[in-house]
Amino acid sequence: MAAKFDLNDGSVVAIVGSGAGGGTLGNELAQRGIKVVILEAGKRNEIEDFVNDEWDSFTQLAWKDMRTTSGSWRVHRDFPNLPAWIVKSVGGSTVHWAGASLRLQEHEFKTRTVYGAIAGANLLDWPLTLAELEPYYAKAEDKMGVTRTNNIPGLPGNNNFKVLAAGATKAGYKDVHTGNMAINSRPRDGRGVCQQIGFCFQGCKTGAKWSTLYSEIPKGERTGNLEVRPESHAARIEHDAAGKVTGVVYFDKDGKEQRQKARIVCVAGNSIETPRLLLLSQSSKFPDGLANSSGQVGRNYMRHMTGSVYAVFDRPVRMWRGTTMAGIVRDEAKNEPQRGFVGGYEMETLSLGLPFIAAFLDPGAWGREFTSAIDGYENMAGMWLVGEDMPQENNRITLDPTAKDKLGLPVASVHFDDHPNDVAMRAHAHKAGTAVYQAVDAVRVFPTPPYPSTHNLGTCRMAENSRDGVCNEWGQTHDIKNLFISDGSQFTTGGAENPTLTIVTLAIRQAEYLADQMGKNTI
Amino acid sequence: MTPDNKSVSGGSFGVDRRRFLAGVGTAALVISGAAVIHTGEAWGLEVQNLTPETMRTLIKMARDVYPHDRLADRFYAVAMKSYDAKAGADPASKAMIEDGVATLDGLARGKHGTGYAGVGWEAERVALLRQIETSPFFQTVRGGLVVSLYNQKEVWPAFGYEGESASKGGYVRRGFDDIAWL
Repeated sequence: MAAKFDLNDGSVVAIVGSGAGGGTLGNELAQRGIKVVILEAGKRNEIEDFVNDEWDSFTQLAWKDMRTTSGSWRVHRDFPNLPAWIVKSVGGSTVHWAGASLRLQEHEFKTRTVYGAIAGANLLDWPLTLAELEPYYAKAEDKMGVTRTNNIPGLPGNNNFKVLAAGATKAGYKDVHTGNMAINSRPRDGRGVCQQIGFCFQGCKTGAKWSTLYSEIPKGERTGNLEVRPESHAARIEHDAAGKVTGVVYFDKDGKEQRQKARIVCVAGNSIETPRLLLLSQSSKFPDGLANSSGQVGRNYMRHMTGSVYAVFDRPVRMWRGTTMAGIVRDEAKNEPQRGFVGGYEMETLSLGLPFIAAFLDPGAWGREFTSAIDGYENMAGMWLVGEDMPQENNRITLDPTAKDKLGLPVASVHFDDHPNDVAMRAHAHKAGTAVYQAVDAVRVFPTPPYPSTHNLGTCRMAENSRDGVCNEWGQTHDIKNLFISDGSQFTTGGAENPTLTIVTLAIRQAEYLADQMGKNTI
Repeated sequence: MTPDNKSVSGGSFGVDRRRFLAGVGTAALVISGAAVIHTGEAWGLEVQNLTPETMRTLIKMARDVYPHDRLADRFYAVAMKSYDAKAGADPASKAMIEDGVATLDGLARGKHGTGYAGVGWEAERVALLRQIETSPFFQTVRGGLVVSLYNQKEVWPAFGYEGESASKGGYVRRGFDDIAWL
């Protein structure tokens, strides 16, 4: 059964966040006999609580606490206080993720070497190679039940996939299939088969989609070594005179301040909240925030080059039916600088229900040009474009100088400017996506701007050298040996692929390292 | 980014059918006492905090912002009715709405000699809206409407959208891959 640890039990590992990074790490440590407390800001909504309703589900699951934005990205104009669409609930964003599980490509671990110096970009090679990560990727794919790995068949294609596949094939693309999805195409690991419900983003009602909420966390709890504490909002990490962290101060569900002592603290609050927590933990010893001797905490914020293409046909598609993202075209994912940009992008099926297509197709638009597009909703197909964006030092998370959340803590301020490489890639991707749908006679095509970010990366990046980044290849901060970064904030660069598989892979690897180092008493 | 108006009620909004069927002509949206009456669709919407003329203009404006010929006026009325309650709860909100509508009506009178709701062609009304589209009034109304109109479950069938599916077993046996024209 689930453990219950004392606030003063300083032998535990405290993990902030229960998503892909924190939830996986918690289970992996618990399986090794290590005592773990996961502090999760959100409530514990279970499968039976999920609702097939976009706005109600958003209200239930999304991180809606205020944030501020600045910069030239269109999200700042369209959604000034909602830079990211991520989850505040046990399971984190693995509750609403689409399930796409792709390994990063070899060259994406060494972009500074392969792409060279790019003006305005803070490129850096990872302190890791694909070869080093491959055994851990394999473990992650097995854990998550990724289709087209481990002899797991691909998911069947829905209507939206069939349109994408037919168009892509006619347009000359070859690498087209229903994806590598952490969604069961057959029963596996105590979870059933995808029922093609079509509400992947609202929490999977069957549990066919992998989520830490109902896979990692209950397994960890069954060891008796894991306690998940919902509605526990971390406010700061404390340290001793020697500079080692000693625990996490958080606000409980009643808004009361609590202090969980810990031997080790791992931060996995997603790439906006993770650097915010380090910055909020500033002290006389660490006036710029914890683990920030490099000055890189909060910097190099990446959100992937994104965009969408929707198209209306003269006959029905009904894209909302079935698995949201089980469809991919990978031909554009390679690095081919002759296209006018470095890095590559994926084309993946995407659908939104009527309430969200109205909100996101062309935010702010009105009048007949807009409503005639909505009138074509039943005949619409859609794809998401997701590619590598350039890390830039000034794309960063800072503490807002004036705005405070309901706990009185300064909110995160998110600054983002598109890099010219991002802009060139988006233009190429919009054109390529348009060509795919025109190949199957779309009557009207909509190159759609980015939504609030779902892939938030890089704000506490890994670097070989402590001058260049916040943590090492294990996610261990360069400055504080018992403080770890355990989410997508670690990414040195973003790659073109949906990041969850890599976050899980790094968490498995980090757990192995943590257990080893704890055994040797080095931390 | 939260719905302004999740619950939806069609039909009557507080004025009974006989009362307005008795006394009004054939115009679509007319004022009777404190209510906006729709003669064609047989409903009435009583207001307590805004003037009925303001509510009528808001309903007309809502259709002009997101015009769907397949949707009846009542869906636009449902989408806008929460502004009456908001006006009661918040004087600043009331002032923004009443002032915004007054501005719009003033522009309409200057150009067409009649209030906004009386301007005959959609294109003429849209031209007036374009003049105020950066104002907080317009932005508030549009931003709320994109949720309060399209989040009404009753409008979804008009667009083919099927909504909740888990309780029906998803689409695995209900046509997730039934496209036949490719």
